[in-house]
Amino acid sequence: MAEIAEIINDKIKHFGRERVALLPILQGIVKEKNFVNNQDMVQIAEALDISAADVFGTASFYSFIDHVERGKYVIRVCKSITCEMKGKHKVLQALEDELRIKLGETTHDKKFSLLQSNCLGLCDQGPAMLINEEAYTHLNPVKVHEIINHFRNLSK
Amino acid sequence: MSNITLTIDGQTIEVPKGITILEAAKKINVKIPTLCHHEDLCVAGNCRVCVVEVKGKHRLEASCAVPAEQGMEILTNSAKVRIARQDIVSLLVSEHNTQCTTCYRNTNCELQDLAAEYNVDGNRFLSVLKPNIKIDKSSWSIEKDDSKCIRCQRCVRTCAELQHVNALTASHKGHEMKISTFMDLPFNEVVCTNCGQCVNRCPTGALTERRYFDQVWEAIGDPTKHVVMNTAPSVRVALGEMLGYEVGTRVTGKMVTAMRKLGVDSVLDTDFSADLTIIEEGNELLTRLKKVLVDGDKSVKLPMITSCSPGWVKFIEHMFPNHLGHLSTCKSPQQMFGALTKTYYAEQKGIDPKDIVSVAIMPCAAKKYEANRPEMNASGYRDIDAGLTTREFGLMIKQAGLDFKNLPDSDFDSIMGQSTGAGVIFGATGGVMEAALRTAYAVVTGRSVPFENLNITAVRGTEGVRSASIKVEGCLPEWKFLEGAVLNVAVAHGLKNARVIMDEIAAGKSTYHFIEVMGCPGGCIGGGGQPIPTNAEIRAKRTKAIYEEDMSKPIRMSHENPEITKIYEEFLGKPLGHKSHELLHTHYQKRHRH
Amino acid sequence: MSTKQVNRADIIFSPYSVAPYEILRLSMQKTKPEVIEEITESGLRGRGGAGFLTGLKWKFFANTDGDEKYIICNADEGEPGTFKDRKLLVEVPRKVISGMAIAAYACNATKGVIYLRAEYNNLIPALKKELDIFDEHAKKFGLKFKIEIFSGAGAYVCGEETALIESMEGQRGEPRNKPPFPIQNGYLGKPTLVNNVETFATASMVCRYGASTYKTYGTSDQRGSKLFSISGDSPKEGVFELELGMKISDFVEEFGDGDTKAVQVGGVAGFCIPRKQFETAIVGEGNTTGGATMIFNSTRSMYNVLHNYLDFFAEESCGQCTPCRVGTQQLLKGIEAVKSGTKPVEYLDDLIKLSKTMQITSKCGLGQSVTNSFTSIVQNFKEEMIY
Repeated sequence: MAEIAEIINDKIKHFGRERVALLPILQGIVKEKNFVNNQDMVQIAEALDISAADVFGTASFYSFIDHVERGKYVIRVCKSITCEMKGKHKVLQALEDELRIKLGETTHDKKFSLLQSNCLGLCDQGPAMLINEEAYTHLNPVKVHEIINHFRNLSK
Repeated sequence: MSNITLTIDGQTIEVPKGITILEAAKKINVKIPTLCHHEDLCVAGNCRVCVVEVKGKHRLEASCAVPAEQGMEILTNSAKVRIARQDIVSLLVSEHNTQCTTCYRNTNCELQDLAAEYNVDGNRFLSVLKPNIKIDKSSWSIEKDDSKCIRCQRCVRTCAELQHVNALTASHKGHEMKISTFMDLPFNEVVCTNCGQCVNRCPTGALTERRYFDQVWEAIGDPTKHVVMNTAPSVRVALGEMLGYEVGTRVTGKMVTAMRKLGVDSVLDTDFSADLTIIEEGNELLTRLKKVLVDGDKSVKLPMITSCSPGWVKFIEHMFPNHLGHLSTCKSPQQMFGALTKTYYAEQKGIDPKDIVSVAIMPCAAKKYEANRPEMNASGYRDIDAGLTTREFGLMIKQAGLDFKNLPDSDFDSIMGQSTGAGVIFGATGGVMEAALRTAYAVVTGRSVPFENLNITAVRGTEGVRSASIKVEGCLPEWKFLEGAVLNVAVAHGLKNARVIMDEIAAGKSTYHFIEVMGCPGGCIGGGGQPIPTNAEIRAKRTKAIYEEDMSKPIRMSHENPEITKIYEEFLGKPLGHKSHELLHTHYQKRHRH
Repeated sequence: MSTKQVNRADIIFSPYSVAPYEILRLSMQKTKPEVIEEITESGLRGRGGAGFLTGLKWKFFANTDGDEKYIICNADEGEPGTFKDRKLLVEVPRKVISGMAIAAYACNATKGVIYLRAEYNNLIPALKKELDIFDEHAKKFGLKFKIEIFSGAGAYVCGEETALIESMEGQRGEPRNKPPFPIQNGYLGKPTLVNNVETFATASMVCRYGASTYKTYGTSDQRGSKLFSISGDSPKEGVFELELGMKISDFVEEFGDGDTKAVQVGGVAGFCIPRKQFETAIVGEGNTTGGATMIFNSTRSMYNVLHNYLDFFAEESCGQCTPCRVGTQQLLKGIEAVKSGTKPVEYLDDLIKLSKTMQITSKCGLGQSVTNSFTSIVQNFKEEMIY
């Protein structure tokens, strides 16, 4: 895992020691470990010479910048109307059953977090979800089972 | 700047280009309601209660945010506007904890006023107040109750723009949007300086000072306790606002009488310890100058910076922890007063210090926190038992049912009740500097400062950072090393400006010898414990009153205060002496920045 | 008002018929005012949703002085039901980039940014390759214009151009007060032109085929063709380029499943058209729309549909202004209360009035547009709201 300081310095090199570097830094850390914790935010604040509260205020605005701990694979199920019409509830139920967690939770082994998301822009291929940055479409309970198994095997 | 012409409610006016519709309306006394708008802060345009109709536009415009333009026809009171405003106020009420009767800001709340004006029906909309909101009472100084918050972000802007502390932020979005500290940590764990400027600008009861007047009433009612009250200089020029007086009215004599009527055993003056601060701090400065200029002692830091403002002290501890050596080691007048109350005063009066309850009436929120700093117990007891704001004190007077306006004037008790004009001006930005210069110059040269009526106008005013240079000539023999030296001094008020000064110091570019910093805009007259509202005009009137009070004093230099002479003779020995060091000086600690 | 049949157009997704960036090269042989005139003449309107005349916007931008001017491609397509920009960026990124470059040439801008929504992060590698190719061509043509990708972080409101700029500056994506407009005072205080992905792609095609040809598509009210993201109860979901000016009835005939009861036009910020208005309503009438059309058949509960929309708005409001932050919550709770019987049916009228207040007092388009779907669904499907 890349050091947080490394990510910060890397982005500062590109964007300058300016506020404009904030989102890229936050995104860089999220890409690395799926969430940003207190210490990370304090470190960012120091690096950019802004207040830690400002970092938190900005981070908490964006749904893809999590500030609570998430698993290695963050699942975001689209909850927009068309995905709902195409059977999102069944998909969500299948995920909850498969992972044995409720919506919003993370598995004990810290592998999976199950979240919902607003429109993913895959309305013609619903129900859809993201696992980290990859999109999965035309979902059904069987497919969900296969996908989760795939990721379980990956991280073995 | 060119002018433009527009009409507001049928009235044609000419205004300078660039001002907002709200400002234009104000010029012809058309009142437009506002909530998120505050004269001290940048435009937010987020509450939307100031909407007006601009002819030709379907949508209403937020008058606080939209510039007046040539030829605009504006209606501030059309049916469309009234309905919209009523809706908006109703919406705010629907997410608000409407238990007004038990709110500290009851009858002094901007949302309450608007709800009354628009006769808002509380059942119009469903309540969307978030359940189970906990009040944050972790801080000694400030309480945060999100159930009263209307999310106008005045506090956020205050903390950022005026104070550069940024302890507060808007967090989350949508229906979850709220005002937060870093990670919603309790107030006492974050960078908050307790200055209370957010409290002064909060339109509702979401941010208030923590109240301690019940404890004071209890002590007053306890026959075994001897209650000593001292009041800061700026309280006497602002208290009147709580009690029906015009802004800027001095009520010193009535205030003293009122305290006695409350049942306080001894009514004393923080101005006395302000004078004492000048002696200690002035000597500290001269000592530092000698160590640096004559002895070449590198461990001694210049410029020396004042330490009377506890919000400022906490600010430097958080933001510039490696530069604490610049702070004067003098305690603030409040804490000097407390330490002496339980030693010198107790001794002189023959009272067991354990039976003394020392109460400070302050223009300040941070003073509550300062009183509770663990190290503030040099007397062997809590030096100050309770710090109240001007607002709490005003409330106590109301609770006691005193007919304040018809109270006779009276004088402070003795000892520790006598003060000079120099002590008084501590209440305004530049005052400590001026008081220090009056005394230091006299000590070093044996003559008065070369300014008419002792008024050092160069350090007065409202500029955020002001500076002056004084050439020291004709020194007495013991101060010969200062002969011909040019003393560079600066004054900063509001923590935004304190940061400017500190950035210079941190960069090694400061050429000053002595700096006064006050945490609040305007100094203590604009303190976080003063009556609400505040704005530049109000602060100017209180400042004027402070300088009037100074001029009314027979003695105007701290070292000429007879009680000061007496306390050194009878108790302290000499400035910076052993006892002073023990009781009147303190140390600081490094703090984190979040 | 004239109407058109449902006619497929093949402009935007037409295969690249000329060498890469040939359109840019040819455009650069015209004078800058000529290029802007071409766009103005075409009648092209912004394809993001607000529908401002693109040529006029470019002209204002060209007339704004600044040593550093920014062109931002708004790829923060977050409107539920919209997915056309994703397809454009995947299939014809050069048309999008060409549009940006032509604007840069015509308006003297040197910096470009594609603001890509976080949900589309997986498109970044391919886009970066495309930008490398563009760089080579720009160098060859002597165009000083560098495009970078800025990734969003998950906030619908950042599709609003000033919120987008705030977000790029590292702030919470809260829309700004206007004026000033980004054209004068945008990213980092510099003059900034923000256009939607499709707008840039279409602009490049206007330059390719000429305004006179482009104008032959559509009606006098709505010029040209545009992309429609079609989803819901339709056997033909996907992105289609259609000539503007269709009647809803024709549209439903073509894309519905034979049992269509309502069509949501313009995404959740647009209007919900009930069956009884299919004959008279025109797709995109009143607003040019982002092109999101969701089709609902008779098995769908319009209460559920509206509830889903309102839940979305209440979450995605930036939260700063009162009417939007609290209004969206009230509408959501309000329809729940009517459904459960805790509020009388007449309360729906109060809510409609509230949504009208939100329309005229909210700070940005998000809060202003909630009334569109709210009013059209509540008025047309009142029974479903109650029982």
